Amino acid sequence: MKLFLKIWRQKDASTKGQMVDYTLDGVEGDMSFLEMLDILNEDLINKGEEPVEFDHDCREGICGTCSLQINGEPHGPDRLVTTCQLHMRKFNDGDTIVIEPFRAKAFPVIKDLIVDRSSFDRIQQAGGYISVNTSGNTVDANAIPIEKHAADSAMDSATCIGCGACVAACKNASAMLFTSAKVSQFAQLPQGRVEATDRVMNMVRQMDLEGFGNCTNTGACEVECPKGISLENIARMNREYLAASVKG
Amino acid sequence: MSGLIKSSIARKLVMALSGLFLVVFLTQHFVINFTSVIAPETFNQWSHFMGYNPLVQFVLQPILIAGVVIHFVMGFILEAQNKSARGVSYVKYNGGANASWMSRNMIYTGLVVLAFLGLHFYDFWVHEMAYKYVEVKAEDPTRYHAETVEKFAPIWRTLLYVVSFVLLSLHLWHGFASSFQSMGVNNKYSPVIQKIAKIFAVVIPLGFAFIAIYHHLNPITH
Repeated sequence: MKLFLKIWRQKDASTKGQMVDYTLDGVEGDMSFLEMLDILNEDLINKGEEPVEFDHDCREGICGTCSLQINGEPHGPDRLVTTCQLHMRKFNDGDTIVIEPFRAKAFPVIKDLIVDRSSFDRIQQAGGYISVNTSGNTVDANAIPIEKHAADSAMDSATCIGCGACVAACKNASAMLFTSAKVSQFAQLPQGRVEATDRVMNMVRQMDLEGFGNCTNTGACEVECPKGISLENIARMNREYLAASVKG
Repeated sequence: MSGLIKSSIARKLVMALSGLFLVVFLTQHFVINFTSVIAPETFNQWSHFMGYNPLVQFVLQPILIAGVVIHFVMGFILEAQNKSARGVSYVKYNGGANASWMSRNMIYTGLVVLAFLGLHFYDFWVHEMAYKYVEVKAEDPTRYHAETVEKFAPIWRTLLYVVSFVLLSLHLWHGFASSFQSMGVNNKYSPVIQKIAKIFAVVIPLGFAFIAIYHHLNPITH
């Protein structure tokens, strides 16, 4: 199929970017979105032009590296997939596809479609862990009995790959879904309860410091999340935060 | 106030609690107003009570005004912060693909309701304040029903009220149900809570619109 692409090109973080039009022929429905961009880049390289920079790594939907706002939606129009899992059969011959980087003040553009998502790393570093003494007396995690429902729910929260689609989709560029998933994956387990108060206070403080917007419960994040992280996580984080604030 | 707006979750909670408070107010306002249709005598009695009871006038009324002010000031603060959090706007943003129109346009529906409050205060509250404290007229427990019905004689005012109630309904459709999520309530009862909140969001504004239209169509003839 033949596609008309409008792609955000930006030389570096300090240069102003703009949309550039490309026409690409010979795209197959079985290709992934990233393979389509690979073909475009091969064309550009053969013509001696600068290829389009975009993030990718595992290309099987588990690493959270690929991003892209495709026709106004993070990871494109399909549900529960990352951009690398998005097939070109979701588009039609002659379609115009608008491709932009994830937009948020806390996700500054590095080049073209690549954004700096290290703000997520800093939120994790603020409390997204449990402290374990590893000096030879580590206890086996499975030695503590955990109710199956809690274990399953914590695992659901832990499936967040930190791609940033929630921020990109949210009209407020809020990072509540990501942060709440990372709070929730520990909050539901006995190992995580030990530092639960400090964790939620510190992670929310870091999230606010990074300049993400406020959640207004539109639910866009949940719909666009490639891993189906639910709004229940945000409600849980709200409860955890309010309880932690009362405890002081 | 500065402490409240420091944390994004505290800001959510302030919006939720002030919004829920206004929902409670709307309910009692609707119940009293509805008596103007079914029992004008009762409407007169209750209106007189609300207008002259010191607890209502000097305690509840200031709390209500504070609730309204906190809700819309916080709404403006959130909107400004949220706009700035995006940084560079998308060339194409398909908001309708993943969120309802109501949830994405709370600021606009809220602004219309706020503008309506201005008109509503001018129509009734300013009039009452002038009656009681400027013109210092004698108490008359029988005047409220006739005064209210007369207000809806002009079609333009009735229409403005009805349009505002539609926007209020859209605002409540997202706001009421959403306040529970902000307070951390998301459990097996949530689907029922959401349903009740949405029924409220339709029924109460519809009721207010009915009252306005009823009085427009049934003027008092002497």
